[in-house]
Amino acid sequence: MYLDYAVPFLICFPFLIAVLLLISGKSRIGNAFARIGAVVILITSAAFFVAKLMNGFSVSDRLFTHTEIADHVILGGEILLMAVVVYLCVKYKKYWISLLSIVPTAAIVYLEQTAAAEEIEHIFLDRLAMLMVLLVGIVGSLIIIYAVGYMEGYHNHHKEVQDRRNYFLALLFMFMGAMFGFVTCASLIWLVFFWECTSVCSFLLIGYTRSDEAVNNSFRALWMNLLGGAALVCGIIYFYHTVCPTLSFRTFINIIPQMTPSIGVLALIPVFLMAFAALTKSAQLPFSTWLIGAMVAPTPSSTLLHSATMVKAGIYILIRLAPLMNGNITGTVVGFVGGLTFLAASFMAVAQSDAKKVLAMSTISNLGLMVACAGIGTPETVWACVFLMLFHAVSKSLLFQLVGAVENSLHSRDVEDFHGLLYMLPKHAMFMFIGIAGMFLAPFGMLISKWSALKGMTDADNVLTVIFIVFGSAVTSFYWSKWMGKLIAHPHKTKQVKDVTEFGEMFSFWIHALIMLLLCVAFPFVSGSYVGPMIASDDLMRYVDPALTTGTMFVLVGLLLLVFLIPLILYLTEKNNASTKKPAYMGGINTGDDNGFVDSFGEEKILWVSNYYFEDKLSIEKLMKPCQALAFAALLIIGCIMGAIALSVIGGVM
Amino acid sequence: MDEMTIKMIIAICYVVFAPLIGGLLDGIGRQISARMQRRVGPPLLQPFYDLGKLLHKDPIHVSPSQNFLMLTYLFFVILTGGMIFLGMDLLLAMFLLSTAVMFLYFAAVVTGSHYSAIGAGRELLQMVAYEPCVLLTCVAFYVVSGSFETADIISGNISPIAYMPGVFVAFVFILTIKMRKSPFDISTSHHPNQEIVKGITSEIGAKNLAVYTLAEWYETVFLMGMVAMFVINKNPWSILAAVLTAFVVYFLEILIDNSSARVKSELMIKLSWTVTLVAAGGNLLVLMFMFG
Repeated sequence: MYLDYAVPFLICFPFLIAVLLLISGKSRIGNAFARIGAVVILITSAAFFVAKLMNGFSVSDRLFTHTEIADHVILGGEILLMAVVVYLCVKYKKYWISLLSIVPTAAIVYLEQTAAAEEIEHIFLDRLAMLMVLLVGIVGSLIIIYAVGYMEGYHNHHKEVQDRRNYFLALLFMFMGAMFGFVTCASLIWLVFFWECTSVCSFLLIGYTRSDEAVNNSFRALWMNLLGGAALVCGIIYFYHTVCPTLSFRTFINIIPQMTPSIGVLALIPVFLMAFAALTKSAQLPFSTWLIGAMVAPTPSSTLLHSATMVKAGIYILIRLAPLMNGNITGTVVGFVGGLTFLAASFMAVAQSDAKKVLAMSTISNLGLMVACAGIGTPETVWACVFLMLFHAVSKSLLFQLVGAVENSLHSRDVEDFHGLLYMLPKHAMFMFIGIAGMFLAPFGMLISKWSALKGMTDADNVLTVIFIVFGSAVTSFYWSKWMGKLIAHPHKTKQVKDVTEFGEMFSFWIHALIMLLLCVAFPFVSGSYVGPMIASDDLMRYVDPALTTGTMFVLVGLLLLVFLIPLILYLTEKNNASTKKPAYMGGINTGDDNGFVDSFGEEKILWVSNYYFEDKLSIEKLMKPCQALAFAALLIIGCIMGAIALSVIGGVM
Repeated sequence: MDEMTIKMIIAICYVVFAPLIGGLLDGIGRQISARMQRRVGPPLLQPFYDLGKLLHKDPIHVSPSQNFLMLTYLFFVILTGGMIFLGMDLLLAMFLLSTAVMFLYFAAVVTGSHYSAIGAGRELLQMVAYEPCVLLTCVAFYVVSGSFETADIISGNISPIAYMPGVFVAFVFILTIKMRKSPFDISTSHHPNQEIVKGITSEIGAKNLAVYTLAEWYETVFLMGMVAMFVINKNPWSILAAVLTAFVVYFLEILIDNSSARVKSELMIKLSWTVTLVAAGGNLLVLMFMFG
């Protein structure tokens, strides 16, 4: 079918734009390339999705079975990626990291060359893949449209950083191309290539400023992600030699449940290794530190890493693996690590006043919840996981872009400096308010998903995760609401702020906010006609069990309208009612504008209250190490069990 | 009568009578407190006189947006109670209550008064302290009755409290925090001559204070309704037992209020989380073992 050629186009086109951007050097024509490229990708992915929707997402065709040329290109790409990693490792004297690239690449190339010829499909387009295409396509291209405007402001504000914006934009495009490939490919070899591709792109993006901190953080991200990649390769090789000699990802998913009774836990080893890889990519404990370090990069890359792509790649794999994790030890451990990450990261988010760090910790925390849902792997929790992923991508992308835009205008991204933002940058503050509300308030999407996750975990009788969730979500409300409070607080200084936000950025905010609200309103429809059938498909959970009944979902939509309408109506009616303004109580003579008092020497003392942070108890420095140790112990235990099984089998064979 | 009409009647009864019951409870509470302190205390209907007086004052504000924020707060508090008494989803009602409290929080931070802002920050801490237990209570009801809907929870064969005594203890504990009673009157205080003045309500006066009082009454009523839910089962007589239980719990809250001094916020969180983990968490573990 001609329609399916959209996939190679979506994969190759971003790479083409990237090459154009790299060639254009410092020239301003790069901006035009980037904008046009992003719009083309946005339209193509949306149109492709609609076209597939009309077709009813048939997966009967085996797509792209003969791909000799593409296979060669991908082989070349793998070697090229390895060369880039090795070169940079040598340049910055981090020799050991290069081993994490050389060994897996060599192994996968060897596997590819020695594998028996088989006719497998290379592209697989079910509803899950298409959902990811849409998510990456829309959110990703909006981020790029935003990035073009952002980098202008960024380089005016950060003169010390060398202006390589076209290189930066090129990386963003490569990232998108790799992501499209990752979510659509059905060949394990291709999967590894696109996986490594996202790892290397994120490594280069984090190191963009070339400051010492950026370089260190980028190498930390690199080794953690390469370690995951190595686990992925191990899993694939193990699967090929022990379970079933095929390189088809679809076979991998479908054959393991059938194999489990006959060869026991053995078939779970590749599942564990793949899930481990996903944990590194989704920045779960003990690998959360790379994502926090990624904050040194310019905001668009953090946005791309956190909301639409990188971290969602891990979740995507885990959703695919969910049926293989339900009720076994791998799932239990993945669920535990996810729940622990949700709780620990939300605690650490409380102690942050740097807005980007709050967002980073909140991302890790929400990913933890998704990981836990996938790990428990009942249709109910997977349903919750998909919605968490959707709502999180949109809200978080909006928030990251806003923080970036506010920073460019305000020259600070400290939440304490957002005090009274509503009076300085009203539009930004309103969008931020909506974005934050979307992250935790009833009845917005994230909260509904969290609620269904809670119900799903209860149904799965997983007390520990339930406890993680109830405590985690209380703390989550705390750090978000104190941020919201800052936005609308009475301003204590009258600083004029020049708004440098460009049209493209504003455009992106509007689209994000609209999509978020639309998603909330269309929630029952999306669940019934798309996510439901997706989970019930043979390649996923085989049946669906939505955590919420359709009736409840409509109640939620009604409540959503109330949450907007009631304050609005009351605002409009109260505005005209006569009410006398009184000065606030200041414990002394009020200065007149409610921000301080006049002391006994006649001087004005300006006062304001800052938020609670509990830095002495909840800082990353204090909490990260013990939590990492706990998660590491859990992974080590299961690693040892799996290793012992593998060894005993090999011993038995010999 | 069809189901819809019955629901309408319940809704109207709730909206009309809840503040009356809440106000009476407030009056009774004041009298009991007075007796505990060897005072005569105000008349039983004093809360209503106070409310009437507040409503007759000229409306005042520190920041104009306070007015609509307070009214929104009241609206969502009423809606929360409505959902509970109409037999709807308990967990959703509790989430909605958090949203309602957010509006109270907003009304306090927009004023620029630091006493009000301190109270607002502390109100969030109170939420952190009670939220896990509230959610666990909903989960426990769900495990016992197989549904989050209050209509199903109250129609079991045996009172839920038989299965969840630990959860009940934890719930009564956090009720003190939720009702802002001493020793957990962290975000506000009964007397304005203390270090945080009136905390979150420092800048709320006249009509807005009336709105706040009304919201508190509604809140008291549906919180006591939740206490009653632990006891009610299919047998109509259990309603009597439930009302008695609610009275006992309310008396207990007043007793605690009168016999303790305010603690620091961190101690509050530690205490309530420990009780939640041990009593409610332990109870839930047993429940999942029994019903799982």
